Amino acid sequence: MATRLKEVDAVMVGMGWTGAIMARELTKAGLNVVGLERGQDRIPGNDFMLPNLRDELRYAARLELMQDNSIDTLTFRNAPDEFALPIRRFGAFLPGEGVGGSGNHWGGLHWRFLPTDFRIRSVLAERYGASAIPDDMTITDWPVTYDELEPYYDRFDKLCGVSGKAGNLRGQIMDGGNVFEGPRSDEYPNKPLKSSAGALLMAEAAKSLGYHPFPIPVSNSSAPYTNPEGVTLGGCQYCGFCNRTACEANAKASSVVTLMPVLRADPKFELRTRAFVSRLVYDKAARRVTGVVYTDLRNGEEYEQPAGIVVLSAYVFGNTQFMLLAGIGEPYDRATGKGVVGKNYAYQFEAGAAAFFEDRQLNSYMGAPGQLVCIDDFNGENFDHGGLGFFGGGYFAGGSGGSPPIYGRATPHGTPRWGSEWKQATVKWYNHFVRFNTQGSVYANRDNYLDLDPTYRDALGRPLIRLTYNATDNDHKMSRYLLEKLEGIIRAMNPTSYEMHPRPKNFTIVPYQSTHNTGGTMMGSDPKSSVVNRYLQAWDAHNLFIQGASVFPQQHGYNPTGTVGALSYWSAQAIINQYVKNPGPLVHA
Amino acid sequence: MTDESIPRRTFLVGAGIAGTVAATGIDPAPAAAAAPPESAPVPTPTAQPEAWLTLNPTEAAFVTAAVDTLIPADDLTPSASACGVAVFIDRQLAGAYGSGARLYRDGPFLKGKPEQGYQLALTPRDYFRAGIAATNDWTRRRHGNDFDRLAEAERELALREMEQGKAEFSGFSSKDFFEALLAITMEGFFSDPIYGGNREMAAWKMVGYPGLPASYRNDVKTYFNKKYDKPPQSIADFV
Repeated sequence: MATRLKEVDAVMVGMGWTGAIMARELTKAGLNVVGLERGQDRIPGNDFMLPNLRDELRYAARLELMQDNSIDTLTFRNAPDEFALPIRRFGAFLPGEGVGGSGNHWGGLHWRFLPTDFRIRSVLAERYGASAIPDDMTITDWPVTYDELEPYYDRFDKLCGVSGKAGNLRGQIMDGGNVFEGPRSDEYPNKPLKSSAGALLMAEAAKSLGYHPFPIPVSNSSAPYTNPEGVTLGGCQYCGFCNRTACEANAKASSVVTLMPVLRADPKFELRTRAFVSRLVYDKAARRVTGVVYTDLRNGEEYEQPAGIVVLSAYVFGNTQFMLLAGIGEPYDRATGKGVVGKNYAYQFEAGAAAFFEDRQLNSYMGAPGQLVCIDDFNGENFDHGGLGFFGGGYFAGGSGGSPPIYGRATPHGTPRWGSEWKQATVKWYNHFVRFNTQGSVYANRDNYLDLDPTYRDALGRPLIRLTYNATDNDHKMSRYLLEKLEGIIRAMNPTSYEMHPRPKNFTIVPYQSTHNTGGTMMGSDPKSSVVNRYLQAWDAHNLFIQGASVFPQQHGYNPTGTVGALSYWSAQAIINQYVKNPGPLVHA
Repeated sequence: MTDESIPRRTFLVGAGIAGTVAATGIDPAPAAAAAPPESAPVPTPTAQPEAWLTLNPTEAAFVTAAVDTLIPADDLTPSASACGVAVFIDRQLAGAYGSGARLYRDGPFLKGKPEQGYQLALTPRDYFRAGIAATNDWTRRRHGNDFDRLAEAERELALREMEQGKAEFSGFSSKDFFEALLAITMEGFFSDPIYGGNREMAAWKMVGYPGLPASYRNDVKTYFNKKYDKPPQSIADFV
């Protein structure tokens, strides 16, 4: 029997970005909050220090900051008629573990979705006719608009000290920023990072073709910055190690940098690490989750933590797993199309390219992802899809730098992968290439979903989440179109040689592609078609609030974290202003 | 086919790999004095006998010969083994990674599609053990000898056939094993020297990678479009 602990006002299941935002907002409103995290604590001044942080083997190859597959993983198959097998070591995507979660090792690219993204089904119907949307494309409008979220995007920008250049300031189009973005209420908190030499080449070429290049927005502060929480971030060191590694300069925003220092000092907050939550305690009659049960991994004891408010702030897969295990909401049934939990799993459809420049010294090891230049001309509904045969799009980014040598080397296609000839080519090209990426959307499809695996179990004996996912024809067509346009830019850069890297037909679990998994507990306007309402409150348990990209109805052509953070601030505001005063459903179905 | 009574070290020298595996840890001087054939890689002053943590003599000889075929000595760097890459692989396989740390190892173990990734019950250590045995079994059938005892051109051919998936190993994927071997070799060559490979930062010097501290806040301006001219440093240089 689990030892029953004293009830608290709110409990967080997972202490990454969303757990920290919610804990901070709720403690500020006077609530007592417990944060449960199954991984270890991560303290920048101790765990993220030079020289050991600059270790590509430890962090990029051996994946030190990632979820431990031996404790918990998921199973994967391409199609519903295949047998799913466990992901024995992560490859295509890399969820983080420990305090800070994936926010410790992200690249920091910090975006907002387009105003039209939030109304995508309606916009497509208006522009191309409702019948143009394929039957198996299960996209929906978001139950929240860009304008409603904007103040919360702004709050999250300021928490992180995002570096960038506005392209639409309160409706005024600004040269040098993203002219396609929704109106921003304020300029970015920090100026853009210095663009890399390769990025400037791309900017020049894009401009010559009539596109609208701008420096990519990034959560690395370009200069020392004190956020509204009173926490000071350092200036970016352009070290080249953002991806898969943390930041010793406290320049890359994460919850351990921007919020945890405040929470750790707050007596209303208690952090419990190595606390592996196994299940939600669901009182179906009362439509409440009365608390959570967790195993303390340090002593094997099981505890029940009762709470007035339960916040699911785990990763996409964990959030969905908790709902399916507790039987909250109807599980998605792919055969009938009925049910919602596990529905509309989506991903990011990235495809790239490389260009080689014999005569340019591009210093591949220096730099940060924030030195990229991008264009947004082919994202979402920024371009006409009439006659193209697909919907969706993505931004293009390009630049040099940020490429340590185990994984960051590039040689032109056709170069041997070993031997003396390989060595000569590696020497010749290592500091002379530019990389490109197209950040393609994934519009939800009937056949892509999450459910519980019938065979494999985690360290606590729970069924693993089963991922059924493959790239759709729509996404392949979309991606081919983006690569065609990107190729035009690359040609205009006049490289010595270049190569395009389209995605293979089937999604594969290796190699790395993107940790932008979304969906499973989608938000929506009614309980028949969604798991949570516009305030991220579960339709079937009014004191349960689900955070993170698992609430996305589909994935758009941008990195998700900016929207994840904004949604958490928006959800927290609803809890504080409405729910705490009058607990019950915030939206009546 | 293999006369096990003849010490492997003699064969190593015969195969032209100077100063590599001394299974017994005995001074290799007499062997090194033997004249290598024409195709021999350039011996390097850093080559010396290694103490192995987990590789047995056959495995150590294989790994040494394999990494030196993948990354041979030339005017750019000493051979991979002289740069410590074989030692790196031995240490990795002997440690947490080799023992299957962070690897989900619950059954049932079923054969999957390539899209589903690694699905074997073997730890990396045991996978390399099986892969080395399968490679040697195949080269004995095809070339009459263990991999490390083949001439350089034959070793290159063998690896190329494995890379292309043309090497027909008995009950084992030669292509998958080649990919694993190439990956860990590159990790050893390019990782920080604290792990045993990339001795004297030879690989970093080769490509012009400065290593640590990698704090380029001012350098991104100073070295914009310009070659960086500072010598590399390792984690060990900062302790």
